[in-house]
Amino acid sequence: MSKTIQCPSCHEEINEEEFLKSNKVCPFCNYHFRLKSQERIDLICDEGSFKEVFTNIKTSNPLNMEGYEEKLEQQREKSDLEEAVIAGECKIKGEDALLCVMSFDFMGGSMGALVGEKITETMLQGALTDTPVIICTASGGARMQEGIFSLMQMAKTSSAVSLMNKCGVPLFIVLTHPTTGGVTASFAMLGDVILSESGALIGFAGPRVIQGTIGEKLPDGFQTSEFQKEHGFVDAIVDRKDLATTLNYLIRTHKG
Amino acid sequence: MADIKYEDMREKLDRIDKYTNIEEPCKKDKTAWECVQLSRRVNRPGVKEYIDLICDEFMPLSGDRLFGDDHSMLGGIGMIDGRAVTIIGNVKGSNLKENIDVNYGMSHPEGYRKALRLAKQAERFNRPIITFIDTPGAFPGLGSEERGIGEAIATNLKELSTISVPVITFIIGEGGSGGALGIGVGDKLYLLENAVYSVITPEGFASILMKDPSKAEEAANIMKMTAKDLLDMEIIHGIIAEVEEGAQADPEFTASLIKKTIIKDLDNLCSKSKEALVRYRLNKIRSIGSTVETKSKNQILTKVLQKLGDEI
Repeated sequence: MSKTIQCPSCHEEINEEEFLKSNKVCPFCNYHFRLKSQERIDLICDEGSFKEVFTNIKTSNPLNMEGYEEKLEQQREKSDLEEAVIAGECKIKGEDALLCVMSFDFMGGSMGALVGEKITETMLQGALTDTPVIICTASGGARMQEGIFSLMQMAKTSSAVSLMNKCGVPLFIVLTHPTTGGVTASFAMLGDVILSESGALIGFAGPRVIQGTIGEKLPDGFQTSEFQKEHGFVDAIVDRKDLATTLNYLIRTHKG
Repeated sequence: MADIKYEDMREKLDRIDKYTNIEEPCKKDKTAWECVQLSRRVNRPGVKEYIDLICDEFMPLSGDRLFGDDHSMLGGIGMIDGRAVTIIGNVKGSNLKENIDVNYGMSHPEGYRKALRLAKQAERFNRPIITFIDTPGAFPGLGSEERGIGEAIATNLKELSTISVPVITFIIGEGGSGGALGIGVGDKLYLLENAVYSVITPEGFASILMKDPSKAEEAANIMKMTAKDLLDMEIIHGIIAEVEEGAQADPEFTASLIKKTIIKDLDNLCSKSKEALVRYRLNKIRSIGSTVETKSKNQILTKVLQKLGDEI
């Protein structure tokens, strides 16, 4: 008797084998379960091709915020991740690329100085070596414990996109659930091509904040990836099973 | 004054030397929360007052050419001491009717796109850009999201980081998060003495991280959002003095210091080549909040800039 997983969206029982085969997408309602960073890497990269880079960059506590270091330690234990982003070199169906994978599991994927640094260095490395850069986003926004330094990461990452543009090296963004705040208002919206997973929450201000402003219920489907595509901010919604093939196609068609 | 030790005095004077324009070294330090309150005062001078006091002439320009004209983002061309400049700034309004018209200084995407249009126009005609920030943040609402507030701010950050004319920014009141940064990427950044600049409001910080919105005062004090904190952390280039009671008590005093700073900076920045200006700006942006103390900090950037050469 094989195990089953209940879909939190449609409440159907999903057979475990089928669940894994579908890359954790509900076969009944297309609900996308969150992928761990390693699962995302395995989904996109050729087997064994991912090599992590910029591992020398460490998180600091620039405001000497009380309790921040303990919080980081807890998050490391809980998530099995060092920080909210992993950067590396890889091959995608034979094509060279640089890949950053953000994880909501680590402090809500918030962007502090480390996240900004790794993403910036990856983009600059791409610009320098003519290697396409792919960033899979997942973030609640700025890392508040790092105050103004986290805000400055928006400027830093966006300036790196400007340099990629000038060097003619493509940036491909894969928006995953959820991508909001300072990440949406910087590199996530600056891709040459912006892809998204179905049903992801994509926006700048959080839904609760907006609800507070307008004082009424938000319309159905507000700030989903489908909403963003209809409003012209996402190029395509791509199935997980097609993600590597799609990225490979984009790399091959952006060689100038 | 009598009981200050020589060493303390010396240290204080050294620090004051770093401040561009503070002329009253013995002024009482205000707490972060006092600054927050002063920065939000209804009668605090806004961008319009400073334009009146600084410019010989000014012509406002409207619209983003895409959707509409956001009154919360003022833009136009001014003359300062015989030099044409583009001025962009947040308008909060000085009475209830104005406050509502401009959403208390919170811009929609069309505001940021108007700012970008005017910045690109300035670049084409080699006019320096002066921005005045005074906003709690971008407008959080349906229309704002539908029209892509995230994309609008992001594009401004990208474009301003490599624009080929000098950009000087003054935070004159509230500098709130991405909405402030959207017109705040440039070569020189100053805070007025009682202005604040932060990633989130103290109320937001208290409610999210301290789980108690009433702890805003405590939050303000640990967030390091005052002019002095930001200068110590090398986020800003200098502090523009206000009189003891705050800028509203003597706007002319603060305006004259802003004007002096603009003239001094433009003399310096306009003498640089466009390439040197952009390189310097990119290096500065790249260095903020670096988490690793390696010599190679800006190494890859330097190589990318070499690769681009004059095409930057």
